[in-house]
Amino acid sequence: MQHLLQLEDVVIRFALRFGDLTAVDGVSFALDKGQRLGLVGESGAGKSVTGFSIINLISKPGYIASGRILFEGRDLAHLDEEEMRDIRGNRISMIFQDPMMTLNPVLTIGEQMVETLLAHRKFTEDECRDRALETLRKVHIPSPEKRLSQYPHELSGGMRQRIVIAIALLADPALIIADEPSTALDVTIQAEILDLLLELCESEKTALILITHDLAVVSQVTETIAVMYAGKIVELGSTEAVIHTPMHPYTRGLINALPGSVHSERRLNQIPGMMPSLMTIPPGCSFHPRCEYRMEVCRHQVPDLRYYESFGREVACHLGEGLFGRSS
Amino acid sequence: MFAFTVRRIIQGVFVMLVISFLCFTIQHQIGDPVRDIVGISVSADEREALRDKMGLNDPFFTQYVRFLGKAVQGDVGMSFFFKRPALQVILSKAPATLELVFVSSLIIIFLSVPLGIYCAINPRSILSRIIMGLSIVGVSIPVFLTAIMLIYIFSVELRWLPSFGRGQLVYIGGWGSGLLSLNGLKHLILPSIALSSIMLPLFIRLIRSQMMEVLETDYIKFAWAKGLHKKRIWYVHAFKNTLLPVITVGGVQIGTMIAFTILTETVFQWQGLGFLFIEAVERADTTLLVAYLMVVGIIFVVVNTIVDIIYGLVNPMVRIQGSQ
Repeated sequence: MQHLLQLEDVVIRFALRFGDLTAVDGVSFALDKGQRLGLVGESGAGKSVTGFSIINLISKPGYIASGRILFEGRDLAHLDEEEMRDIRGNRISMIFQDPMMTLNPVLTIGEQMVETLLAHRKFTEDECRDRALETLRKVHIPSPEKRLSQYPHELSGGMRQRIVIAIALLADPALIIADEPSTALDVTIQAEILDLLLELCESEKTALILITHDLAVVSQVTETIAVMYAGKIVELGSTEAVIHTPMHPYTRGLINALPGSVHSERRLNQIPGMMPSLMTIPPGCSFHPRCEYRMEVCRHQVPDLRYYESFGREVACHLGEGLFGRSS
Repeated sequence: MFAFTVRRIIQGVFVMLVISFLCFTIQHQIGDPVRDIVGISVSADEREALRDKMGLNDPFFTQYVRFLGKAVQGDVGMSFFFKRPALQVILSKAPATLELVFVSSLIIIFLSVPLGIYCAINPRSILSRIIMGLSIVGVSIPVFLTAIMLIYIFSVELRWLPSFGRGQLVYIGGWGSGLLSLNGLKHLILPSIALSSIMLPLFIRLIRSQMMEVLETDYIKFAWAKGLHKKRIWYVHAFKNTLLPVITVGGVQIGTMIAFTILTETVFQWQGLGFLFIEAVERADTTLLVAYLMVVGIIFVVVNTIVDIIYGLVNPMVRIQGSQ
């Protein structure tokens, strides 16, 4: 069966004065229609860049160096500008982190919604308006008629994020990429926005890639999880399985670091050290300097992402299944 | 909008009060009107009597209030050199300066916007680099030197354009306009280019840097992610946000440009306010100086008010505050 989206060995580099930096190093994953995937990792792990690469909007001087991004049978990495434009906001939408910054301050909500439809559909202004109102109702915005003539600064943060979600949904996309959609909101609003996103993806059969550093958010919304570390996927599997029985030492460290996961009265666990910067990625397994299980082989051989059938997931670690014999 | 306008008018009145006070202080301290009126053959006693009669021995503040009362009615005194009311002299020269500033502003607006946008969108292209390089040169050369070079090239060597004066004027009411005859327009070309030679590069650089900053924001990235056409992103999303700071700076700069006309008008023998101002300084015609300062002050206040209103129209956040 053909996947909705399939990344094959995608490498993303940033062209800098002193040479190229590899930000994403051979990432592969697949997503089916209506499936929800969480892309997890620390800042700088390459998760946002991976997300942006799908709609070919990596900030300069970043570029896709190699690999294929197959979406509905086309390779997005090699589309021309106009073909790509028609996919953005139409077949694939994005939701950004900070709703305070995502909407243009000098245009009304109505203008920002209508222009999105006009860019992709041969609609009249009236049809666009109707469609905008319908979508605003879907995201539970009170008195939507009034909103169309309002400016972003007249609305609260949660309300603005609902509008951003509405804009993302306007053209019935097959895939939504949400880059930390709840991080900039306060906790109660966070839960509302995530519930809304989950509800809409289920009712509209929209696939979702949720980029976040928050494991709790991922477990709430997604079915599959991909854990990234220093530009590589280190563990990929069903969300439930990965969170309950993490196989990669890094995933295990992340989960142990969650408050209340082991012993609530103890100090929080942490992974020693810092993620390496892109300029100083160590040879071998990039996690080995921080890993409590490191072996000689980890120092000079990069572990491949291997599929473990009995665990139903892919892991990139020399220990493989061996981690289960050890306590954390 | 109404409350906003009223508030601006009150502010304007206050600014004019401060200017009038400064002007009066200058006039009070410099020069002696009695000496200007009478000759050397008049005795000290007679001078003193005349002083009393003219109210020049009254306390400073009484004199200021009297000055203000007359100024409100448009009377700031007689020009000692022209033997006419100073305000009338100023107003008769104002059209020349206003037309010069107007044409320069048009040059600045219609060149800086497209060039600034072009340089922001294509920061690495060769043309952008050339424009940026030339703009540095333009900013660094003083107006009078630019003016002299223009005269040398286009008047002396090529003989294409006249080098001084306003040429043939068409009178509409009391306003002598050079915009309505070919000869008048030809005379306007060199002075207005000279006058815009500092502001134009500044505005190109300002628009470019503002727009480059705006292009990096999240809402522009989101606009790309919405799949909009690039023209809409550049000319609507980015440019509207670029305009806000440009309008603010622009308002102040138009005022400054009226002051810059002093240099341009001197080089081109342009019979406007700046030229008049230099003459008034040379002849110590204090009444005329006061009238000049007051008129320029009013122009500043009016221009800034108009700019603020335009700003309010572009920026929705200001509109809200203005209506409260």
